[in-house]
Amino acid sequence: MSQISRRTLMKVAGAAATASVLGARVAHAEDKIKIGFIFLGPIGDYGWTWAHNKGREQIDAELGDKVETVYVENVPEDASAVPIIRDLAQQGCKLIFTTSYGYMEQTLEVAKEFPEVMFEHCTGFKRADNVSTYNSKFHEGRAVLGTISGKMSKSGTLGYLGSFKVPEVVLGVNSFLLAAQKHNPNATLKLVMIDSWFDPPKEAAATETLINLGCDIVTTHTDSPAALQILEQKGLYGFGQGADMSTFAPKAHLTAIEDIWGPYYVQRAKDIVEGTWKSADTWDGMKEGTVVISPYNEAVPADVRELADAVQKGYKEGTFDIFTGPIYDQEGTLRVKDGEVMSLADLAVIDWFVKGVESAS
Amino acid sequence: MSPDFLIAAIMTVVGLTTPILLAALGELVVEKSGVLNLGVEGMMLVGAISGFAVTVFTFNPWLGVLGAAAGGALASLLFAVLVLGLNSNQVATGLALAIFGTGLSSLIGLSFTGRIVPVFGSIFPAGLARHPYLQVIFGYSPIVYFAVLMVPAVAWFLYRTRAGLILRAVGENDHSAHSIGYSVLKVRLAAILFGGAMAGIGGAYFSMVITPMWAERMTAGRGWIALALVVFAGWRTGRLLLGAYFFGILMALELYAKAAGFSFLPSPFWAAMPYLMTVVALTFISARESAGANAPACLGKPFLPST
Repeated sequence: MSQISRRTLMKVAGAAATASVLGARVAHAEDKIKIGFIFLGPIGDYGWTWAHNKGREQIDAELGDKVETVYVENVPEDASAVPIIRDLAQQGCKLIFTTSYGYMEQTLEVAKEFPEVMFEHCTGFKRADNVSTYNSKFHEGRAVLGTISGKMSKSGTLGYLGSFKVPEVVLGVNSFLLAAQKHNPNATLKLVMIDSWFDPPKEAAATETLINLGCDIVTTHTDSPAALQILEQKGLYGFGQGADMSTFAPKAHLTAIEDIWGPYYVQRAKDIVEGTWKSADTWDGMKEGTVVISPYNEAVPADVRELADAVQKGYKEGTFDIFTGPIYDQEGTLRVKDGEVMSLADLAVIDWFVKGVESAS
Repeated sequence: MSPDFLIAAIMTVVGLTTPILLAALGELVVEKSGVLNLGVEGMMLVGAISGFAVTVFTFNPWLGVLGAAAGGALASLLFAVLVLGLNSNQVATGLALAIFGTGLSSLIGLSFTGRIVPVFGSIFPAGLARHPYLQVIFGYSPIVYFAVLMVPAVAWFLYRTRAGLILRAVGENDHSAHSIGYSVLKVRLAAILFGGAMAGIGGAYFSMVITPMWAERMTAGRGWIALALVVFAGWRTGRLLLGAYFFGILMALELYAKAAGFSFLPSPFWAAMPYLMTVVALTFISARESAGANAPACLGKPFLPST
């Protein structure tokens, strides 16, 4: 009790002090709608969180006169996220983006307590009246990387540096390998899950391990450029994750999947301002410009570029889907029949790896 | 198992081990003087950004390493002022240093994000450093050799020199040391600064050798493993070296097991392994009384002279 009253007291004192100096600004700030962001890593990770923060900055740039944004970095994906999300709601945020899969239950829990606050959970699949989900079809980008790898890998053994076995990562693995196998039917994939989205030393060691086990191309589903730097030192190839990471590895960086969240964030912020926000499930991809492929490295030969471009074009025009049967799982069981295309609902909860994934995790 | 494969695996283990070994060796000296500094993670991060920043400005990795040591030592000086000067609680102050160091390094690092420096790699001629077999001996950054050589150096200092004897005396019985005229606080200050410098160099191994870049929180918890390692080693230098490599091998084993498709242990179990091993080691230490006597008697207690 005493703590609450003390906090209130300080707030009042603080407000009074500010108001006396900047009365006009306080009044102005109160007119603005507050939008909160929960970030998984540091905004300087140059990957996942960096990309989400770019989206947040776009809201500031386009709607800065109507809304203000706040964010919390390095929020763990466990129960400790609950009080942090709750705090943003109590601060008066009208819309809160929780930008990682691991905040799913925590977001729903806080959303129940604050029915007047709207929530947007990234990459999850549980919704409520005030909880939307949004995702990006990163696996479309992985199909482009897989196409390049299938053509450029000499050993036919591809490495995949993963984080956790969540649908987003499983989709990435499957899409990457299926695309590679279109050009090298014998291509196989070794996978290491490092149990973290951001751990540069472990990412580096895992990359060395994959290389030592015969992988000559390693793609990453973790958020730092560590793997690329190891590949650069060894003279091998890899890809950026979340953002163009070519500055970290000018030779090794063949291309990157860039996450472009800005347009979606601005749209949802507008919906809040105009009072038209509704709970929805959005899963955009290359077509909508959410997934963008960075410029190719000069090491990518012209014929490979053409194939990679064709995959991009196919996705943009809706004529290509990597999850078209026949698709076999690790044990060799037919999961998707010839000519059949997996539905988005199935993709969203996928938990099996395709044939050729050699690691068990 | 081909020699190439084994060599690559060994080199990964060395990379995983070196920063932990450096930080733990520094912390061992600090704890031997009777001070518990839990802020290793923060000091490593400050060292990592300091080393990186100095390298960016001077293009000289040697100065970078010096900068990392200075950065780590400066961070530890703050801790020293609080626990020695103001007799604050060592556990709380150490935890605060871990948090402060993380924040400070992120702040300094803001303007260094997205930059890279050349790898501070082997200084031996390419014929040795890149030789398919000899690289297992000559293919490392100078920091690796420094870390390994510091083990006998610290052991010699602690057990063969007068200064080392005084440091241990201060850690075992501060009042006795004080009563025969040694300055407890000065000895502890020196130990804390040494610990900070070593943690700083350990941090620089991340930002200058493994991945020559700056990323916030790039040490990702290695400072806590270093703390566990000191206890695991029972405050003995030789065991610290073995323990560091044991932890390094465990970490590499996890990655190899996963990549090769053995899933006999659940993933989080691997991550908990260093801590689990420490608990096991502690159990053995306390079961054998003579070994337990190696823990400094004044560890974590503030020195308050009665006069």
